[in-house]
Amino acid sequence: MRGTALYLLGRGGQALLVLWAAFSLSFVVLYALPSDPVSIMLNQSGEQSTVNQQQVAALRAQYHLDEPLAVQYGIALWHAVQLDFGNSIQSGQPVSASLAEALPKTAALALVSLAVALVLGVSLALVASLTRRRWLRDLLLGLPAVAVSLPTFWVGLLLLQWFSFGWHWFPAMGNQGFASLVLPTLTLAIPTSAVIAQVLARSLAATARLPFVDALRAKGLSPLRVLLTHVLHNAVIPILSLSGVIVGSLLAGSVVTETVFSREGVGRLAQGAVSTQDIPVVQGVVVLAALIFIAVNLLVDLLYPLLDPRIRGAAR
Amino acid sequence: MSLALTAVLPRPRHLRALRRRPLLPLGVIVLLLVLGWALWPQLFTHFDPLLGMPANALQSPSLVHWFGTDHLGRDLYSRTVYGAGLSLRATLLAVLIALVSGILLGVLAGFFGGWVDAVLMRLVEVLMAIPALLLAMAVITVLGFGTLNIALAVGLSSVATFARLVRGEVLRWRASTFVEAASACGVGPWTIIARHILPHASAPVLALAALEFGSAVLSVSALSFLGFGAPPPQPEWGLLVAEGRNFMIAAWWYTSLPGLVVAAVVVSANQLARALQQDQGGTR
Repeated sequence: MRGTALYLLGRGGQALLVLWAAFSLSFVVLYALPSDPVSIMLNQSGEQSTVNQQQVAALRAQYHLDEPLAVQYGIALWHAVQLDFGNSIQSGQPVSASLAEALPKTAALALVSLAVALVLGVSLALVASLTRRRWLRDLLLGLPAVAVSLPTFWVGLLLLQWFSFGWHWFPAMGNQGFASLVLPTLTLAIPTSAVIAQVLARSLAATARLPFVDALRAKGLSPLRVLLTHVLHNAVIPILSLSGVIVGSLLAGSVVTETVFSREGVGRLAQGAVSTQDIPVVQGVVVLAALIFIAVNLLVDLLYPLLDPRIRGAAR
Repeated sequence: MSLALTAVLPRPRHLRALRRRPLLPLGVIVLLLVLGWALWPQLFTHFDPLLGMPANALQSPSLVHWFGTDHLGRDLYSRTVYGAGLSLRATLLAVLIALVSGILLGVLAGFFGGWVDAVLMRLVEVLMAIPALLLAMAVITVLGFGTLNIALAVGLSSVATFARLVRGEVLRWRASTFVEAASACGVGPWTIIARHILPHASAPVLALAALEFGSAVLSVSALSFLGFGAPPPQPEWGLLVAEGRNFMIAAWWYTSLPGLVVAAVVVSANQLARALQQDQGGTR
């Protein structure tokens, strides 16, 4: 029991350390690189002609840019710990408020996409590993390789062109209702399901070669039964360890998807922030993405021992 | 590129690989064609990519205008052909940046070990915690827009993958007898790295570079689609597709065909990458 507590504590501390490092990295990239944030800020708000020294000085003081870099970093870190990433230069709103408003919309999109991707990916991998026909299996396993190579924005636009403008099945833009969720979900789910299918198919094939499968078959279980109740159960672990990457790619994919379908959300927020060089918002999104990735990975690490008895012994 | 090509030219072992991947030659042809577009665009089209003829606006694909024309009457095929130069240059630059800095970091971490290794690998871990596209967007926020900045951003955001692979390879070969022998003969560390370790690591690194090429095409075109690349008259691939967004009802070809070219390039590059990976998997 004490071993488990120590493990949990150590793993949590490690996650916090990576989060701190991600914040520091975003600070270095956005504030400490040889560029002048104030001139970027003034530049984008179009006030360059009327800028005077006092304004520059006032802005510098407001963002603590007149302090030494180490002090700036200290202040930023202290505020970030309290979930305060400053105010958006563009709208003046607190970054954390904009993020809190956008996150549920993106989370809904990402979660539905994840569910669809799981269904698509798992069934593709299962059908491919069940079929005896070689050409069918090669074809099915070739699909994901193509799907991950398609530009997300292009897939989204094609879906829009066919289903919204061509056949008027779904609305072309906006966040209203279930119908507006269908096309963005598909767009986001296609590359994700491809990754899931690829990893699962490989893992299924590796698991099916283990001796216990032969034993079960020899006992008279049907191939379908062996696959669904025994092989699948053992083969999902690699997918679980990909969870962080999958969630990260859903978040990154939401930037393009939300732009294509003119939806509100974190991705759109990020796109707008980069367009207007709104540094505090960009930092907020980057740190949020890292936080989500780290949290998911932590969760998965804690789940492993519960799901896989083989790891349970090693963790203690 | 040429290294990659010599690896897929038919040798007996590769004939078998060819049977397993019947579409591989097609992919190589696509890549060569697009490379030709990038190097000598005037050989492939006689239309000016920037000169619009308003009378010809939004014509559907025909024998004259293979990809149709855009809202200003510019030939879309010629814009795609000239766009190859911009987009592929950015992609190659991005892969080179990732490759060179990844090799440098990986060698430092793997060969010298100790605290250098610990620090660099924590850095890699952090880089992997932030989705590459968002990291690239953060870099662009600071650097500003443009094709070159996109290339830099994409390159920097994929350093971590290369660093990790190279570190692993260096660790693997560092323990080998021939490195021990060289070091016993008094060969310096940098010579050992350059002459004895890196040549062995080149095959997997090359395969990763080919894979990275495909995803860099995707990232570069996505960033350009989002509006962070070259300003409008330029025919960057992502920008071409983005411009077509306003004309989707009237002109299906405007977004579809340039996007199809991007997709074909990435599919081909990834196919080549997998063939390379499988190939060196077989030789071990």
